[in-house]
Amino acid sequence: MSALNIWVVCEPSGTDITTTSKELLSEAVRLNATVSAVSWGPHTDGLSDLTGSWGAHHFYDLGDLGGVLPGSVVAATVASLVSEGTPDAVLIPASTDGRDIAGCLSAFLDAPVLTNITGLREGPDLLSEHTLFGGTQAAFARNLGSAPSIMVVRPKSFAVGTPAAASASRVAVTPVTPRVRLVNIASSHIEQRNGPALDDAQVVVSGGRGLGDAASYGLVEELATLLGGAPGASRAIVDAGWVPYSHQVGQTGATVKPTLYVACGISGATQHMVGMKGSTYIVAVNKDPDAPIFSLSDFGVVGDVHNVLPALIAALRARS
Amino acid sequence: MKVVVCVKQIPDPAVVGSLDEAFRLRRTGKVILDDADTYGVEVALRLVEAAGEGEVSLVSMGDATDVTGIRSALAMGAVRATVVSDPLLRGADALTTAKVLAAVISRDEPDIVIAATESSDGYTGTLPVQLACLLELPAVTFATSVAIEGGVVVAQRQTEAGYDEVRAALPAVVTVTAGVVEPRYATFKGIMAAKSRTVDVLTVADLGLDAHSLAVRQEVVSVEVTPEKSAGEKFVDDGTGAQRIIAYLERVKVLSGGGS
Ligand SMILES: Cc1cc2nc3c(=O)[nH]c(=O)nc-3n(C[C@H](O)[C@H](O)[C@H](O)COP(=O)(O)OP(=O)(O)OC[C@H]3O[C@@H](n4cnc5c(N)ncnc54)[C@H](O)[C@@H]3O)c2cc1C
Repeated sequence: MSALNIWVVCEPSGTDITTTSKELLSEAVRLNATVSAVSWGPHTDGLSDLTGSWGAHHFYDLGDLGGVLPGSVVAATVASLVSEGTPDAVLIPASTDGRDIAGCLSAFLDAPVLTNITGLREGPDLLSEHTLFGGTQAAFARNLGSAPSIMVVRPKSFAVGTPAAASASRVAVTPVTPRVRLVNIASSHIEQRNGPALDDAQVVVSGGRGLGDAASYGLVEELATLLGGAPGASRAIVDAGWVPYSHQVGQTGATVKPTLYVACGISGATQHMVGMKGSTYIVAVNKDPDAPIFSLSDFGVVGDVHNVLPALIAALRARS
Repeated sequence: MKVVVCVKQIPDPAVVGSLDEAFRLRRTGKVILDDADTYGVEVALRLVEAAGEGEVSLVSMGDATDVTGIRSALAMGAVRATVVSDPLLRGADALTTAKVLAAVISRDEPDIVIAATESSDGYTGTLPVQLACLLELPAVTFATSVAIEGGVVVAQRQTEAGYDEVRAALPAVVTVTAGVVEPRYATFKGIMAAKSRTVDVLTVADLGLDAHSLAVRQEVVSVEVTPEKSAGEKFVDDGTGAQRIIAYLERVKVLSGGGS
């Protein structure tokens, strides 16, 4: 089989690209593919070097799109480019903008899209891996249509490689105007967070409905701070309005893979576990000895969060 | 204000799913309205109420043997439903589903089309955007609040870091997240009214769609059982829980061995 030709949609993050984008570039390199990166935004100047260091040979630079949602514009542009270059696959991060891009690209190319991918496997065809039923089974799928396969990959599916001293050849591209009207971004709001970002933190302490009330989430935040980590949450307490969505861990929230994950008053629904089961060490505190979270935890305490967490906080404070 | 809401009947998500011999999610057993769709119906009803005129209708694709789930969305206040049900569509991927729904919706020319961000069974999460592109409408996705101001949809769009306020002129497709509003309970009057509301059942041929364009173009080649993780240590807190967690964290070197 000749070398794969893989394009990676690299989502900008300030002057950098997102961690998931780097994970996808790294995996494309591992598959020995010829790699092209696609990115956009007001700060693409340094991205030839940056994407090149992560393994891209070519960098398609769409430049600043103005204050609009990137989905349809990036998709229309990639659609026009791939009809010339025909990659085997276009890898797209499973983020809000990434999912918009994938949906539009699928419609513009009249090609199906494979989503929620957690792994890739090389064979006669490139196969995508999908986690089923909370991680008890894995399905492998392939695209039967013409190339490219549009593949939307979940964060933390691949390890990031080691950046090399290399640069990608930059191809300046004029963004294509899509046949749909654009969506304007009137303003952006960043939720304030102290400490590391949820998806980059080495320690994540999450709280669930077992905390009893919104005020008790303070225990989770304090414990996270003492452990140098980030506070997370189950969807139950996000939906209840105790904490913002940006804290949610799970199938419809963030995927985290910290060294330590502490689940406090979380039952361990399959949709929560797919977002954190890759953590190295999992500690759970739950008063129900039969809570499903204990099937995944390395160290489980059957107890009340209102006893265990304050004691843990006091003990950690005494150490520092 | 004409609002169309895309809804789906799914197997009860509380029951652990299984796959059939063709690696498709088994859809035997009772189906219910996807809870994620109740938010879309609620948002749609509120938009019509705010506009002071208009109506909410439903579109769905799937087996129409049992439409109890669709009727529960009608009981909330939608006035009619169209369900495309055809054996040809078994195993349809999201793009095919989008083509079918687009064929129904384009006959209605709604001001706004609402869908859940993703379904609770397949959670592909691309269908509404594919639908928007096929209808040549802008897609306002991941909305946590939606309002119409002078022919423009104004929404808060959830992002990884917080939210954006976004705007698009109507007509448009909007996807809403769960928890954005409290879906209303159907009243007794609503449930009675829903019984007499029309549920149109259509086939691919009724829509004039070319079966060839709906062919399945992706397949599952294998399913493997993931090795189960062996259960870790577990003990009942007797007041020493915190100390034992600390000892464990020292053992795995997440905490440096303080003092000991
Ligand atoms: C399509 C779909 C997507 C979803 N996506 C996500 C997702 O991304 N993330 C997510 O988290 N969920 C998700 N869910 C929801 C998921 O199914 C669960 O409903 C949710 O995770 C439950 O949250 P919880 O564990 O906080 O609450 P519960 O399930 O109510 O569990 C609370 C736990 O706290 C324990 N408890 C109670 N009191 C105490 C106490 N004093 N001390 C100690 N323990 C106590 C109880 O024993 C119980 O185990 C999704 C669901 C669907 C259908």
